[in-house]
Amino acid sequence: MGASSELSNDKLKWMYTQMSRIREFEERVKRTFVEHPGVIRGHAHLGDGAEASIVGSLATRHENDLVMPSYRCHGYPLVLGTSAKAVMAEIYQRKTGVCKGFGGSMHLADPAHHLPTASGIIGQGIAHAAGAAYAAQVKKTGQVVYSFFGDGSSKQGAFYETLNMAAVWKLPVVFVLENNEYQAYTHIKLEDANAIAGDPLSQKAEAFSIPGVTVDGTDPLKVYDAVNEAAERARSGKGPSLVESKFYRFSPHGNAITVPPVPTQFQEHEAIEVYGNKAEFAAAQANDPIKKFRAHLIGTGVLTEADAKKIDDSVRAEMDEVVKFALESPLPAPEDALNYVYA
Amino acid sequence: MAREMMFAEAIAVAITEEMQRDPSVVFYGQNMAMTDRDPFVRKFGKDRVRITPISETAEMGIAIGAAMNGLRPVVELYMAEFMLVAFDEVINEAPRLRYMSGGQVKVPCVFKAGFGFAAGWAGQHSNCTYHAMMGIPGLKVAVPSTSADAMGLMRAAIRDDNPVVYLHHYMLTIDKGPVPEGDHIVPFGVADIKREGTDVTIVATAWMVKKSLAAAEQLAKEGISAEVVDPRTLAPLDVDTIVESVKKTGRLVLVDQAPRHASAAAVIAGEVAEHGFEYLKAPMKMVTGLNTSVPYSEPMESYVLPSEEKIVSAVKSVLARHAAAV
Repeated sequence: MGASSELSNDKLKWMYTQMSRIREFEERVKRTFVEHPGVIRGHAHLGDGAEASIVGSLATRHENDLVMPSYRCHGYPLVLGTSAKAVMAEIYQRKTGVCKGFGGSMHLADPAHHLPTASGIIGQGIAHAAGAAYAAQVKKTGQVVYSFFGDGSSKQGAFYETLNMAAVWKLPVVFVLENNEYQAYTHIKLEDANAIAGDPLSQKAEAFSIPGVTVDGTDPLKVYDAVNEAAERARSGKGPSLVESKFYRFSPHGNAITVPPVPTQFQEHEAIEVYGNKAEFAAAQANDPIKKFRAHLIGTGVLTEADAKKIDDSVRAEMDEVVKFALESPLPAPEDALNYVYA
Repeated sequence: MAREMMFAEAIAVAITEEMQRDPSVVFYGQNMAMTDRDPFVRKFGKDRVRITPISETAEMGIAIGAAMNGLRPVVELYMAEFMLVAFDEVINEAPRLRYMSGGQVKVPCVFKAGFGFAAGWAGQHSNCTYHAMMGIPGLKVAVPSTSADAMGLMRAAIRDDNPVVYLHHYMLTIDKGPVPEGDHIVPFGVADIKREGTDVTIVATAWMVKKSLAAAEQLAKEGISAEVVDPRTLAPLDVDTIVESVKKTGRLVLVDQAPRHASAAAVIAGEVAEHGFEYLKAPMKMVTGLNTSVPYSEPMESYVLPSEEKIVSAVKSVLARHAAAV
């Protein structure tokens, strides 16, 4: 039995609620491309399918621990306490956005809620997370830093350089490698040596002589146990660990890249759109982490069907308000663009 | 009271004194702090002074993350070209994060490196990379030319709340010069007139300041009074002081070790063309590196780089152009 067996019913309900919020939020982002074309610009990357991994990881946090995700970053601030309205408003390019319209979907930041920044460049945020952990070590803040990145990032130089240096310096950081099997549009079996050999990606940890584990990222309790062990190891001064969390993203890499005024939307997942593999996608959907956790909580008596429905309804109501707020919020003034260049 | 100090020593003293003043300043890089005898390790311990692997992306990326969580890292990169290995961190991370966060975070860190090593280091270790960095909003670029400026600009860089690329010219490393006592700081964006003159303005940075001052000395013997202006920081750039000098002299020679195209000299020329054109009595002239990589063999290396003679000749040419026009 892992540490998750001691989670209170309230915490378990909180975890289900957060997973549900992420899913509903991402659904609303996706629908926006259809219902309000042009409101979201550029490239948005959704975290549907990652809910158990995100929430299972963040449920292990202590109060001041920091979180540094990749550009697929909508879910984390929702769990950390950032207003969902401010996150959606940012994605909708509004002045009321969490970054006042300066960052958008790929660059969410809310240091007041322990998310300093998210880098839009693959893998680079891994180094920033280790840096925040170095500051925690020098200043003895007791913080652990959670670094989230995709399987594609694990082929970047930043990954190798940073994990080596974090291991040498015994930095209090947990590296969560979110393996969703696709590096943007490319299947992992086409680009990852471990995957091609049939080995887990957590094997990369052996190169740095640090612990590396692979966990079912569709089960928040299994994620909790693995990440909790890594976080406690980091907190006790023993250094970093690599946790490979395996799940499937239900949306494609991002909305289709189009040149204005051609409208953009989310297409089918690459499994279908590129590789014609409907069976793979159907199997992943049958393994939906939210449905599974909902059934688990009802099965173990933590929630009744009515409780679960009440949570689902309240999440939908919240996201109705979130979209309304973001749509009605003002755009920034053009000349606001000259702010924040220098501190 | 001023004291004599070598250029490199002035930088080391500035870092040391800033580390004494502020416990959040840390200093790390490759091949430094290898033993407990290292003077920085002895003074500040192994938390704040560290050796790193040859991992520029991680070194600078970690500085960025540490800066966002309360430290003021100074990263010793040694050679400016090593930053190119990890240019994303310099150009597309450090200066972008504050802006993209809507002003919520700040990234106070210093990326320190030598540059321009015109001593047979050939194509990959002799370059002037500042022209690729000075046009990035959010990033500051310091290029000192004297011991006093080296010290004052390093202090200012460490205290700045923004990412700073601090480039010290290798050919100045053992030059000695006076350094003011006390808390000597050189603010960013303030050019310095290294020599006053009335006939022509020479704008130069780093090692080229030394060459321009030597050229001005030679010109003085021939009755030509050259003013030498050193911007000291290329971002921000003190256009006002340069234009004021041009207003006084009416003529401009821009000296830059980098190849001409997209050089700092070309950028300054553009500013003067817009803001000081009416003061020019003759077309300005640029003395820059030739459009080649830096060659290894000495006669070729000398040939492609600006020299005292080339500067003297350019000054005479802008004066002659004036005479011809009259």
